[in-house]
Amino acid sequence: MMTSDRTIPTITIVAALALVLGFVLPEWVLFLSNVAIGKALVVLGLLLLWRCGVVPFGQALFFAGGGYGVGLLGHYYGITDIFILTIVAAAVGGGLSALAGFLLARYRGIFFTMLSMAFSMILYGVLVKTEALGSTDGIGLKRITVLGWQPEEQFELAMYIYAVLLGMICAVLMHVYLQSVPGRLSEPIRGNEVRVEYMGMSVQRLMHINLIIAGIFAGLGGAVTAFSVGHIDPEMAYWTTSGGFVFITILAGTGSVLAPFLGAVIFEVIRTLAFSYVPDYWQIILGGALLLSIFFLPGGLWSLIAMAKGGKKNGLNY
Amino acid sequence: MAIVIDGFVYASWIFVVALGLTLIFGVMKILNVAHGAFYSFGAYGAASLIGLYSQTGLPVAGEFVIILLSSAVIGLVLGYALERVLLRPMYGHDEVVLVLVSYAAFLMMEDVLRLIWGSDAYFAYQPFVAVGFVEIGELIVSNYDLMLVGFAITLGGAGWWLLNHSRFGHILTAVIHDREMATSFGVNVVKVFLITFILGAILGALGGAVTAPKVSVTPGMGVEVIVLAFAVVAIGGMGSITGAMIGALMVGLARAAAVHLLPEVELFAIYVVMAGVLVLRPEGLFTRVQARKI
Repeated sequence: MMTSDRTIPTITIVAALALVLGFVLPEWVLFLSNVAIGKALVVLGLLLLWRCGVVPFGQALFFAGGGYGVGLLGHYYGITDIFILTIVAAAVGGGLSALAGFLLARYRGIFFTMLSMAFSMILYGVLVKTEALGSTDGIGLKRITVLGWQPEEQFELAMYIYAVLLGMICAVLMHVYLQSVPGRLSEPIRGNEVRVEYMGMSVQRLMHINLIIAGIFAGLGGAVTAFSVGHIDPEMAYWTTSGGFVFITILAGTGSVLAPFLGAVIFEVIRTLAFSYVPDYWQIILGGALLLSIFFLPGGLWSLIAMAKGGKKNGLNY
Repeated sequence: MAIVIDGFVYASWIFVVALGLTLIFGVMKILNVAHGAFYSFGAYGAASLIGLYSQTGLPVAGEFVIILLSSAVIGLVLGYALERVLLRPMYGHDEVVLVLVSYAAFLMMEDVLRLIWGSDAYFAYQPFVAVGFVEIGELIVSNYDLMLVGFAITLGGAGWWLLNHSRFGHILTAVIHDREMATSFGVNVVKVFLITFILGAILGALGGAVTAPKVSVTPGMGVEVIVLAFAVVAIGGMGSITGAMIGALMVGLARAAAVHLLPEVELFAIYVVMAGVLVLRPEGLFTRVQARKI
């Protein structure tokens, strides 16, 4: 199976194509792509959790954590270097999820969903009411620098290149993790936890680790979004933001680490088109798309690609 | 004192909403996100009808009838449509899939709402003003709020009686405990589900309708209430009426205490209570012990 696995080369090719395209695409497309990649990074984490059989409606907590990590560091300490900020965002996302994980790892099903939502709403409540964190208005970001260099005119392009590279690295890392022993043992958690325990793996610890990984990815997603949008606000932690991530997961399917990127791009396209042409109906269109994919494409859009390639022969049957 | 009164008023309001949610969850095992949309539809329906009615100059009492009737109609129509079209084909799927279906329905209904009523705020303060105010000690309390408390208690009592002492209640209990066993005893579970969902939808709409006179009815009001109702239901134990009542009181008092003593933590307080309860008792405070099924 490993021999026929072409995922990593595919990721590299897609990323390379995306980079080349970046030089010809107009700025607003780059901006949308950055937002989409930010979301895709979060969904990459959700994909892992989905395979463990849990669906968090509070992943916005770590997403906002990453975004606020970036914003506050710039606001209070004047740190604008993109690499430091990225690492900090990952640390904030991972740290928060490590804390929340002590509790979340013990729950499954609907209780997991609700508890994760409660946690993200706690953060939302704190953000809205705390003046030092920008309250409801949020915080504007300082211009991002790359090792001391400040991209002026090509800002969006620079952010795009960074986002694509980061997305590529994350996708590869996630793919490698899913092929590893803990990654492969994550999926049976959904079916039968006792069996996983018998194989010598502590389910609770594995869940905790997976939550932290998903949290780190969500933090990175928050950072990428914050870089490009240039502004952070409490809406990032609201439950509807989490709902959007779950939406993309369903739409894309969990068949491959590339699916979240496809899903996020399509999500942003639907949202942008619907929002600019039929602003009164855009939620109807989103809701309709979600219903259609639940009813008719339970495996998500990725299952179409997998089918076209001929069932399970694509080497992606984790 | 102010905290207690505010707490009870807030608790009564959220209890009406949460009751429908907990009923649907208890019987059907569906965490119904669309409940927030029932709530806003109820509020809009009542607000616009009260607005029309008040221009006719008929007695104010009619406005209370409107609140009840309009929510019943709205709940019936929306509940029936949603259950038959979207939920019924998905029974037997994972609980989480059903949450997502209701989430999609919620998104769509929010827009339908905007298409029908536009995005302007509606006001239906007439009943609120008409019943006047009363002084309790040094506090001036609206009679409408006191009626709301009474209404919530009546509703809770009625729900309890219905569940424990009526034929339908016994059937419900059977379905809650063991769906398959109830089916084999001749209970038409599909019908029970439909009735339950409609009842829950009516309660959601009612929650919105009784709130309409107190607030300005605006788009997006359902988004906030749904997470609050979730918190109440999760605290009390999903599917328990007593639980919903206690949960509503805890949330109501926590919020009132926060508003009066430390306004910065208002939103925060509610969810901390919820997270705290879930940590100690993941299944909520009042849940029947469930026998393990093989």
